[in-house]
Amino acid sequence: MNTSISRRAFLKATGLTIAVSVTPFGYELLNASEKKKEALPGFKPNVWFEITPDNRVAITVGASEMGQGVHTALAMIIADELEADWKQIKVGHGPAAKEFKNPIWDDQITVGSASVRGFYDPLRKAGAAGRAMLAKAAASTWNVPESECKAEKGTVQHKKSGRSLTYGKLCLKAAKLEIPKDPPLKKESEFRYIGKPIPRVDIPEKVRGVATFGLDVAVPNMEIAVFSRPPAYGAKPISFDQKAAEGVKGVSKVIPAPMGIAVCAESLHAALKGRDALNVKWDKGTHPQLDNDFIEKSLIGNLDKPGVKVIEKGDSKKALGEAKKKVEATYFVPFVAHATMEPMNCTAYVRDGRCDVWVPTQGQLVAQLVASQVSGLPPEKVQIHTTFLGSGLGRRATPDFVVEAVIASKVLGKPVKVVWTREEDIKYDPFRAAMSHRIQAGIDDQGRLIGWSHKVVSGSIMKDIDPKAIESGIDFMSLWGLADFPGSPHDNRIMYDIPNLYIEFLISDLPIPVSPWRSVQNGPNAFVIESFVDELAHAAGKDPLEFRLQNLRNNMRACRVLEIAAKKAGWGKPVPKGQGRGIAQHSCFGTYVAQVVDLSVNEKSGAVKVDRIVAAIDCGPVVNPNTVKAQIEGSITIALSSALKEEVKFSNGGVKSANFDDYKVIKMSEIPEIEVHIVESKEKMGGVGEPGVPPAAPAVGNAIFNATGARIRRIPFTPERVLAAIKSNKT
Amino acid sequence: MISLNVNGKNYRVNVSDDMPLLWVLRDYLKLTGTKYGCGIGECGACTVHIDGKAERSCAIPVKEAQGRKIVTIEGLPENHPVKRAWIEEQVVQCGYCQPGVIMQVSALLSKSPNPDADKIISAMDDVICRCGTHARIKRGIKTAVQIMRKEGKRI
Repeated sequence: MNTSISRRAFLKATGLTIAVSVTPFGYELLNASEKKKEALPGFKPNVWFEITPDNRVAITVGASEMGQGVHTALAMIIADELEADWKQIKVGHGPAAKEFKNPIWDDQITVGSASVRGFYDPLRKAGAAGRAMLAKAAASTWNVPESECKAEKGTVQHKKSGRSLTYGKLCLKAAKLEIPKDPPLKKESEFRYIGKPIPRVDIPEKVRGVATFGLDVAVPNMEIAVFSRPPAYGAKPISFDQKAAEGVKGVSKVIPAPMGIAVCAESLHAALKGRDALNVKWDKGTHPQLDNDFIEKSLIGNLDKPGVKVIEKGDSKKALGEAKKKVEATYFVPFVAHATMEPMNCTAYVRDGRCDVWVPTQGQLVAQLVASQVSGLPPEKVQIHTTFLGSGLGRRATPDFVVEAVIASKVLGKPVKVVWTREEDIKYDPFRAAMSHRIQAGIDDQGRLIGWSHKVVSGSIMKDIDPKAIESGIDFMSLWGLADFPGSPHDNRIMYDIPNLYIEFLISDLPIPVSPWRSVQNGPNAFVIESFVDELAHAAGKDPLEFRLQNLRNNMRACRVLEIAAKKAGWGKPVPKGQGRGIAQHSCFGTYVAQVVDLSVNEKSGAVKVDRIVAAIDCGPVVNPNTVKAQIEGSITIALSSALKEEVKFSNGGVKSANFDDYKVIKMSEIPEIEVHIVESKEKMGGVGEPGVPPAAPAVGNAIFNATGARIRRIPFTPERVLAAIKSNKT
Repeated sequence: MISLNVNGKNYRVNVSDDMPLLWVLRDYLKLTGTKYGCGIGECGACTVHIDGKAERSCAIPVKEAQGRKIVTIEGLPENHPVKRAWIEEQVVQCGYCQPGVIMQVSALLSKSPNPDADKIISAMDDVICRCGTHARIKRGIKTAVQIMRKEGKRI
């Protein structure tokens, strides 16, 4: 029988347990007890909640909590429609199970700003079903009409007789009822939690220092493993001293593996000493000449090679020939690291036909799959225990650390925690892909965009996720923000009205692994599009806001966020000398964001000081305005970090950057004032974890242009780069 | 044998002298609130108080912490103004760096109960947060100052 973990746990329920089965095609509700005796054919609950006689509501979700507030937001939706008292609510991570798939991605994966929008409607219905069943149970207890019973904050009230029963008292009776097919939802005006800044459920334990992250996992008898990894791409070990390493006090075993050589020991301290004693000699790898200069030359040089056609609309060549004004530019975006504050880690225990994995992961199913492949056990024998994530940023959807922990535990026959040092976390990060872009565009005498021809070169993100997806030569994740793809639910293309558009793409042949980084390539692509649009506005002799509004005339949502951000920031008011103001917009994951940046440039040193960023976001209906604002503040901050400071350094065929002393990220002294305006919107709900990222870098670049007249077509805007641009602009 | 005084308790642990204090706290005393972020004193996730000063426990060999008063996030009272302010202002996102941030802030406020903007920035400039909670850390500090003032508390 195909019994999954979540179904078994679901069937163990004792109180009123309602589950939601969501697929890309719709959803279905289920009461656990009414189906207990049957095999539940085809029913796959994604999320469920249970009301128990002790008057608690336990909610189990498949999405990973990495600081975005998903546990709180999903619980708010259920609690509101259920009319639960917020104090009754407890939320936890569910296991890995197909049933937990997010309908947007058809996978149990917390990426792409999709948790709340993927589950909003079904969770409302599930909560409403529970509320209706509890009211019905109360009505039959009191022998009064259902219409006289009202659910309110964890109780059902009969106002006429002044009677009241808690959900705990009613849950067993309610569990015997049939689930209503189409329970009535609350009116928006009746929302108790949705739309309110409810405090996050996970913050108190995080403030107390007792929240369990992956690195905090301790299993009896556990050993710690660290890996010695190749210093250059493709490098293989020539020799290493296994004896010396195993002679270090506390070291138990050295395990050579495909990704490196693991040293297992009783403590991290001993494992690191053992790794030093290994004294591995590596060969030079496949690209000994690779450094930053090599990378930039390769990516820009590849712009001259033929690529694959992505979009051809109208005749861009002809339009460019007829344009009143034509602009051409080449842009470059370097590799940046995720560098989540909690370095990669995973604990695994393989024994007696089962495998337990404790891991901060964004992708439970892929973690389960690789653990199954490495351990040789069927997936249902692999239990994934998701801990809190010390941030995700996309990095934790790649399961490399799971593979390592399972290998080590399988060989050792003991529980093993693999710990990546910060140096490994930076050097072996699958980075945000570096890209080069070349664009030509033309405008008519009214300042309207008439033609746009665009060439992109980038590493392939899909190569390691789904190699079949790039058989045509197109890596759609690299093109997010430039072009919509069939089945894509988002307005995620160049949103300007361009009658003649041509986009061509080429996968770079660099050996550097890449992966999604908060907003994926929307970040780099928006930097290019929105900087270049500013160049076009300048060529047209138009105000950058006015030019955007004119060429986005068919896109009300984009125009609205631009107008609101501009108004709140005082767009049009004079900017003092030495200062600059810039604007940019972008839409991704179903959400529109515009940002206005005010900054100062020190023309002697080239130092940029961002003073203020005003953002406007239209994400449709808002579940928790507090977390929406926090996500935009956070997105802006990390985007500024990459725009002002971050670039991975390479040398001798490998990564040179190693730790926060040479991979600098943004600091408190560089944080501007950040103002977030949530636009009231009845549009379809969009995501909020990532759409705040893309507009920041181009808005900064556009503000630097406004301040200095120098256009910088490459991030980061370091003082040296800004100074050089100012100097070359003057000559 | 190393003797340590942590959160008012005395411990004796059998570890090598040069083990960083961070790993003794986390792996031997099971005080996992103090976090590993960089191992070189650059990020502040491992910040604890040693004799009342904010110090990076990843960069201090355990033998140097002997005979000194160590306080970790777990030893800061639950009703500490900074902890309360952090909940009130909803500062935290992933929360991994926050124990260190809270220890850094509480050391600052015990020395200067009403720090100006420059003082705040210089105290907080070497603490890294990758979620981008900086704007809320500033708000949290203001709120903690207000709580202390309202209740006439020094920390």
